[in-house]
Amino acid sequence: MAAITLTVNGKRETVNVAPDTPLLWVLRDTLGLTGTKYGCGIAQCGACTVHLDGVATRTCVLPVSAVAGKRVTTIEGLSKNRSHAVQRAWIEEDVPQCGYCQSGQIMAAAALLAKHPHPSDADIDTEMTNICRCGTYQRIRAAIHRAAREA
Amino acid sequence: MEDSTNVSRREFLETAAVAGAGLVIGFHLPARGPRGIAYPYPSPFAPNAWLRINPDESVLVIVDRSEMGQGVATSLPMLVAEELEADWSKVRIEFAPADKAYTNPMFGMQGTGGSTSVRAAYTPLRKAGAAAREMLVTAAAATWNVDKSECRAERGAVVHAPSKRRLSYGKLAAKAATVPLPQDIPLKDPKDWKILGTPVRRLDTPAKTDGSARFGIDVKTPGLLVAVVARSPVFGGKAKSFDAAKARAVPGVRHVVQISTGIAVVADGYWPAKKGHDSLEVTWDEGPNAGVSSATISQLFAQRAEQSGAMARHDGDAQGALPGAATKLDAAYELPFLAHATMEPMNCTAHVRSDGVEIWAPTQFQTGAHGLGAGVGGVPPDKVKVHTTYLGGGFGRRFELDFIQEALETSKATGAPVKLIWSREDDIRNAQYRPACYHRLQAGLDSSGQPVAWTHRLVAPSIMARVFPDSVKNGLDEEAVEGGVAMPYAIPNVHVDYVLTDTGIPVGFWRSVNNSFNAFAVESFIDELAHAAKKDPYEYRRDLLGKAPRHLGVLNLAAGTAGWGTPLPAGRARGIAVHKSFGSYVAQVAEVSVDADGTPHVHRVVCAVDCGPVVNPDTVEAQMQGAIVYGLTAALWGEITIDKGRVQQSNFHDYRMLHLAEMPKVEVHVVPSSDAQGGVGEPGTPPIAPAVCNAIFAATGKRIRKLPIGKLT
Repeated sequence: MAAITLTVNGKRETVNVAPDTPLLWVLRDTLGLTGTKYGCGIAQCGACTVHLDGVATRTCVLPVSAVAGKRVTTIEGLSKNRSHAVQRAWIEEDVPQCGYCQSGQIMAAAALLAKHPHPSDADIDTEMTNICRCGTYQRIRAAIHRAAREA
Repeated sequence: MEDSTNVSRREFLETAAVAGAGLVIGFHLPARGPRGIAYPYPSPFAPNAWLRINPDESVLVIVDRSEMGQGVATSLPMLVAEELEADWSKVRIEFAPADKAYTNPMFGMQGTGGSTSVRAAYTPLRKAGAAAREMLVTAAAATWNVDKSECRAERGAVVHAPSKRRLSYGKLAAKAATVPLPQDIPLKDPKDWKILGTPVRRLDTPAKTDGSARFGIDVKTPGLLVAVVARSPVFGGKAKSFDAAKARAVPGVRHVVQISTGIAVVADGYWPAKKGHDSLEVTWDEGPNAGVSSATISQLFAQRAEQSGAMARHDGDAQGALPGAATKLDAAYELPFLAHATMEPMNCTAHVRSDGVEIWAPTQFQTGAHGLGAGVGGVPPDKVKVHTTYLGGGFGRRFELDFIQEALETSKATGAPVKLIWSREDDIRNAQYRPACYHRLQAGLDSSGQPVAWTHRLVAPSIMARVFPDSVKNGLDEEAVEGGVAMPYAIPNVHVDYVLTDTGIPVGFWRSVNNSFNAFAVESFIDELAHAAKKDPYEYRRDLLGKAPRHLGVLNLAAGTAGWGTPLPAGRARGIAVHKSFGSYVAQVAEVSVDADGTPHVHRVVCAVDCGPVVNPDTVEAQMQGAIVYGLTAALWGEITIDKGRVQQSNFHDYRMLHLAEMPKVEVHVVPSSDAQGGVGEPGTPPIAPAVCNAIFAATGKRIRKLPIGKLT
């Protein structure tokens, strides 16, 4: 066990966990932030995506010890009242079905738009590699274009 | 709380017996008597099991089907709200407890599946809304001392036009509760609908964009521990012995207990539980299936196809007509086992106490969970509470009770509230798979290319033989041949039979179930017939569907909107397929190209659907898109293979999912229809694999008879 300090959604948190604990499980089990999801545990599906110092990062294989002192933003901290352009676009396009992957999709899309404010379809293809088993991809693409227009 | 006090001892025993054996469901169980009366969610106005109107003007609709992405948490409230004349912005939802009041009338149990939710609720929920509206109007008229006929309901209020007075539903709620429940209120004419038939945004979308939607895996209760289970690597195997010393040494591990399916490691959180699980040393008795492999299963299927099966359809004399046909076709199709791979892995939270049991689960089957809670907990049924969370995908997997049973057993063994979580590896390797199967089809054409005979032999394991063996009579599982027996083309001599063949690998419900493979065989083979007859595959189907108007309607709409017969860019070709399932008719045209290295690409899918009266067109579109992705993923790559009784795949790196970059452009067209209503969750899946494979044939001349497609060689 080790005490590790990180900043989560603007708040300094010190957690006392095994240093190899993936950030995902620190967020979910230790800090109670369950919006970030477990999907595969091998960084394949992206359900666990958060922003680490602003960069979209998969947290299911990222030891919390590697995150000490860094800034973590989860879906809960992306905006107040779902006001981020990506969240508004997600609601306008009614993207989610089961919704389980959508926190990760939204975090990935927000990071994509931070890098490419007006992404092409090819940019979206390259950057949006999260899995959605319900098949909401067409609406995800439409929502990203909408967020780019309306941001 | 009157949770399930109406469940009789006999019924409880039935359910518990079925569930406790690791079995699940009988679709043909009769409905069990009159509805119970449940009044969860206290409110001054609770006219029926589904509706509560509160003084704050909120209209609470109790959703008695599981929301797994298919949109029931919106479409069911729409049914109530339309007749209630509710203000849609005031509609809230809660998920129903397990109670007889919430029995799915199409199953006789509380469960969600078979694309039944809207069909089953279409009349009862509208009637529930209409009766409540009538009570509110009566209450307002009495308050104003005016004739009821001068009052009307609109947008959450009753209005008295002559005096321009208005009373909101919230203010009327208490008085409306004293009005006798009216009977047989006429339902609105669909031309007067304001909500139904319009694209309504999902009520659950906001919570699914900020992380607040609570799935099973997100459940928190005081003192909650997390469990991970080590299971036999071979189906049917058992733990012979285990050494938990290393697991117990992992900081945070609290208990290691044996349960019916294996060894549960229980810890303060998922990570220590997983680490404890990984350091367990278990010796398994692998049981009778340790020699099973995909190769032995394929051989078994091919052998079994040589014998005749249980007759499922027999028109005319196909065997007699075949020898004299001018052209004869003979083809075998083979499909693999498939896992569901819901994005949220299986999980369940349970707390078994001596005085009661509480279950929080992403489940499609509340009646089963409830019975299992009583059975494992050893408590009366009225001491069992089932909370249904959001489901991170269902696809039939969550009709099973294995994960609920494990959570109950682990909580009972430890005395603690336990959230039991499956890893993705657990999920891929311990499912009840879409059956692998083998089809042999033969047909004869006359000299003009018209089919004169058609035979279809299905060799496959039976889902019903596992979950409801009494429904299998003389070797015939009528569900197994669904979509094969209903082959819609006008052919005078047809014979369909079924060779039930168990493989030792458990099989279960998977989105569109047996339609998923029968549609592939039928729609591939009719395509082969068209090409043998030197006819256009669309026109060939069309000319054989003269007596199947709803098939024909979607076929023509899909072909027309896809531009069938018009030129495509070089290298691209179209394929078409049509299939009826779950009461709905779907045709799809796929546009496909194949790279020089054999990699197929699906560029565009045009989908036409006739599901009868539409409740939420936006949901119909979303479900068609999703069902196409589900079926396309399986067609391109989906394959669970077995070696030494073990599943060889384990996670998304070797059980591949479709990604956004691979998503075809999907266009959905809905046939305006007042015909019998069908479901929409599943019917979009069956046509996509044959449509794509038929397009590959058109593009390359290569006929795909074995799925997945993979890379063409």
